[in-house]
Formats: sequence, C-alpha cells, structure tokens
Amino acid sequence: MTLAPRILPHLGRALVLALLAFAIFGPLLNLVLWAFAEKWYFPSKLPLEYGLTFWQRVFAPRGNALASLGTSIWIAVLTVIVSLVVAIPAGYALGRLKLPWRGLILLAFLLPQAVPNLPVYVNIAQVFYRIGLAGTITGVVLVHASHGLVLAVWIASAAFASVDASLEEAARNMGASVWTCFRTVTLPLAAPGLMASAIFVFLESVDEFTGTYFVGVPDVTTLPLLMFNASMGGNYQIASITALLLLVPSIAFMLVVERFLKADVLAMVGR
Amino acid sequence: MRVLSDVSLDVARGELVALLGSSGCGKTTLLRSIAGFVTPQSGRIRVAGRDISGLPPEKRGTAMMFQSYALWPHMSVAANIGYGLRMRGVARDAIAKRVDELLALMQMQGFASRSVAQLSGGQRQRVALARALAVDPALLLLDEPMSNLDYKVRIELRHELRALQKRIGITAVYVTHDREEALTLADRIAVLDAGRVVQYGSPEEIFHRPASAFVAGFMGADNAIELTRDGDGRLRSSRTNGGEPVVAHFRSDVARIDASSSASDADLQLHGQVVQTLYVGQGYRYRVHTDGADVWAHASHRIDEGAPVAVVVPRDALLLFPRASSAS
Repeated sequence: MTLAPRILPHLGRALVLALLAFAIFGPLLNLVLWAFAEKWYFPSKLPLEYGLTFWQRVFAPRGNALASLGTSIWIAVLTVIVSLVVAIPAGYALGRLKLPWRGLILLAFLLPQAVPNLPVYVNIAQVFYRIGLAGTITGVVLVHASHGLVLAVWIASAAFASVDASLEEAARNMGASVWTCFRTVTLPLAAPGLMASAIFVFLESVDEFTGTYFVGVPDVTTLPLLMFNASMGGNYQIASITALLLLVPSIAFMLVVERFLKADVLAMVGR
Repeated sequence: MRVLSDVSLDVARGELVALLGSSGCGKTTLLRSIAGFVTPQSGRIRVAGRDISGLPPEKRGTAMMFQSYALWPHMSVAANIGYGLRMRGVARDAIAKRVDELLALMQMQGFASRSVAQLSGGQRQRVALARALAVDPALLLLDEPMSNLDYKVRIELRHELRALQKRIGITAVYVTHDREEALTLADRIAVLDAGRVVQYGSPEEIFHRPASAFVAGFMGADNAIELTRDGDGRLRSSRTNGGEPVVAHFRSDVARIDASSSASDADLQLHGQVVQTLYVGQGYRYRVHTDGADVWAHASHRIDEGAPVAVVVPRDALLLFPRASSAS
C-alpha cells in the first residue's frame, strides 16, 4: 500500500518509454523480420522459415539492387556537388557580407520545401519532358538539388558566420588577397560545417522518392524506386532488404555529422 | 557617425607611440584605419613617405597584433608565424629559418609543430607577436594585446615587449586603455577623447603637465575640487567672491590625511569627514566628504568612518585648470 505512490510515477514513465520505443523500433523490427523471412503466411504471427535466399537474389550480379544502389549514390554525389557549388558562394555572401534582404533570400531557399511537392513535381516533369531532361540523371540531380539547397545554403551561411572575422583580417593584414584569405583561412575553418551540409544533402538525395518518381521513371531507377516497385509487387523481402540498405548511409553519416556540426555553427543557423 | 576628427599624429622611426583612451574614444578605429580595415572619409596616412591611404590591407606593409591574437586554429605555430612570408613568396627553407629565429626570440623553441589550441594565453600572445614581426613590417600595430592576460603575465610581457621593441628598433603604435601600460611602454603617448587627440607628448609630460582636466583625470589625478585663485596665487574655497575660478586636480596618493598640522600655508587644506575606507596594501584610502566635493586621500593608519579629518595636498601636486565660474 505504501509502495504504490512511489512506484506509480515510475510505472507511468516506463510505460510511456516503452510505447515510444515500440513506435520507433517496432516498424524497424518488422523490417528486419521480413528481410530474413523465407516463408511468412497470413495467420502466423512470425515467419515460418528464415534464410538468406532473398539477400542472395538482391546481391546477385544480375540483380538490379546493386545497379540502383550505384545510381542512387552517383545521383547523390552529383547533387552534393551542385548544391555546394551554389551553397559556398551563397553561404559566404549570406553569412559574412552585410546583404540587404538577407532574411528574404534565406527564406526563398525554403520555398521548395514549403509548397506541396506533388503539383510542383508534376509541373517540373512536364517542363523537363519538353526540354529533354525527363528520365535523365541530370534531371533527377536538378530536382534533388532544389531540395537539398535549403539545407546546404542555411548550414553553409551559418558555418561562414561562425568564422571569427578577425581571423580573416589577420590574413589580409599579413598580405593575403581577398581570394587567398578565403582559400587559406575562411574555407578551411568553415569546412566542418560545409561537410555537415554536404552529408545532409547526400542523405536527402539518397532517400528522395517523389521527385525521382516523376522525373526519373522509367529510365532512372534509384534504390527508393526499386523498393517501391518491390513492395507494390508484393515482394516484401526485397523491399525490406533495400530499406535496410538505405538505413546504412543514414546511420553512418548521422554519427559523422554529430561530430562535425558543433554547437557554435548550429547557433548561427538562420541568423 | 563620425568616430575620429582632426587627428594628426607623427611617429618617428623606431618609436613606440601609445594611443591611450577609454573605450569608445576611437583609438581602435584609428589603428584599424592605419591597417586598412576602416576607410577614412578624408585625410592621408603615410608610412615612410609612402601614401597608403588608398591601399587594401594586404598592400600596406603594416603588421597588426590583434586583441584576440587571431591565430589560425587550423594551422601549427610555425604555419601561423610563416604565413606572411609565404604570402610574400619567400622560399620554404628561408621561412623555416626565420620561424626558428623568431621562436628563439620569443623563447618558444620546440613549439613549431604545436597546434595553437594547445598554447596558454601568454604563449599565444608571443606567437601573435612573432607572426607580426616575421614580415619585418614598416609599422607594427598592437591592439590592446595585453588585455586578455593575467596581471602577472601582463607585467612580465610588458617589460619583455619594451625590451624587444628597443632591441630590434621597430616602429610601433600601441592601443591601450591602461595608463600604467602606456606610461611604462611608450616613448610618446597620444591621449584620445571623443575621437580627438587631446594631448600628444612624452609620458612625463602627460603625467606631470596634463593639458586639460580630462587628461589629468585620465592619468590618475581623479580628485577634482573647485577653487578660486586670488591675484597673488593663493587658493581659496570657491564660495569666496572674486578671483579666478579654477578646478584643482590631484592624485589620491599625494593627498594625505594628517593629524599633525605640519602643512605649510601654501598647501591646500580640506576639512571633512571620512565616509568610506578601502585597504590598499600600503595603507588606507579614504573617501572624505568635504565642503566642495568628495575626495580620495591616503593615510597609513586606520581612521574610523565619520571621524572629522583634514586632507593636506602639497601645492606643487595640484594641477589647476580654468573653469567657468558658477552663477551661484
């Protein structure tokens, strides 16, 4: 009797935590089960047989999983390059120079995220079809970059803003021109933040589905598209295995980002 | 906003000039306009006869030591010091030799490959100075380089810096708000107030013959009392009629609280009550509430607060400045 008031709050907290854990890890667990299930019919709560047959099929030399993994990574790398080429000068200008309309420009990069995706992609697909970009890697990269830019530009401008201006002045004072100062002082000091933004753009691109679906199909097949096709065709094993493959870069890079993105850079985001 | 106006200073070769003033007086802006980070609306800046006013910072040949030291955290000590030489296209082994020389000069041998993040405040300061000296600048600019250091390290480095500057004979402009630092380091001091140079002269001149009440107050003569001066030079309370209205400044360490009335007739005597006591090591400093104003005075013994005392200021320790006579 006397224990109840002391235990009850703990019990409540444990229950909430358990529900949260189930909400996060439940679907993932299901994914893992499906990835290793050989047979799993309706009334049974768990797979009837476990095995690696489907893994063999996915990784077979003739299987298209590896090919689409390659496509996904190639597109992601190109998207990162395009985003950084824009984000480095834009981020420097927004983070370092006293620009008028600064807030508005930063907000403009948010627009692709703010409006509903589907109508935009339908339109883009139509335009790209007319100019011959539909079904090309270039087309998909452009769509991914439009999405990745908001992250890239915002983080890059924060990274540049967090570089102490007196460090640049010291370089100029020691005889460095504007460009040399940028190359030898500003850029290396902003590099961790730029690295983090590159990783975010990469992950965003690897995961992207909607835009790729409208612009890339049928010639460009990325991993998310393969997964979609597999699960639409009822092939849950293939879908689960590709889903697990997609998790690998996300988790690996998240650990890296956590090291690169320091609090002082984060504090400057959106400033 | 106008930060500086009517500033005209000449610095002789090999001389160390201190720009002294409180924060916001424009001393750092003056230094930054010499370095080229601030463009003056008008006027000329010349170094060794060469007009540098229109040049970008990298072409001015000045070397600045920053208040925050501004060492590049992604470079080693050697790379920091050698940066200016690399920019000037000096050969790699010549740079290494020069860096070693400077590290020896700074008594920091063996630190070349260290990261600047591993250095103490005093060591960072030395590296920053070595970086500035590496390029043999025509003019060395120092922006409050000691303000981030502990008192003890500061005093030590101050003496080192002065000895070093004398030895290599470099021309330097040193910004500080610390009068003691300016007095001990500089050949000449320019006192700045509200964007103007209010006095420019040797430390002795500034200290003993301040040109204005402001300079006197800034140099430590912060006791001020309004008096009138008679035709024969005698000082009297400002309440008396006639005579020339003056304000007398004096330092609190020359104002003695004396029980024995050994004061000569010429000395200033102020009567009042002790209202505050500070122990300062070599005695006590008292705030004395007198008829005209509160003044700070020194005594070697302890006096109770509220006690009536006489403050004696020697005549020759008084700095007199004219004042507008009050209408009362």
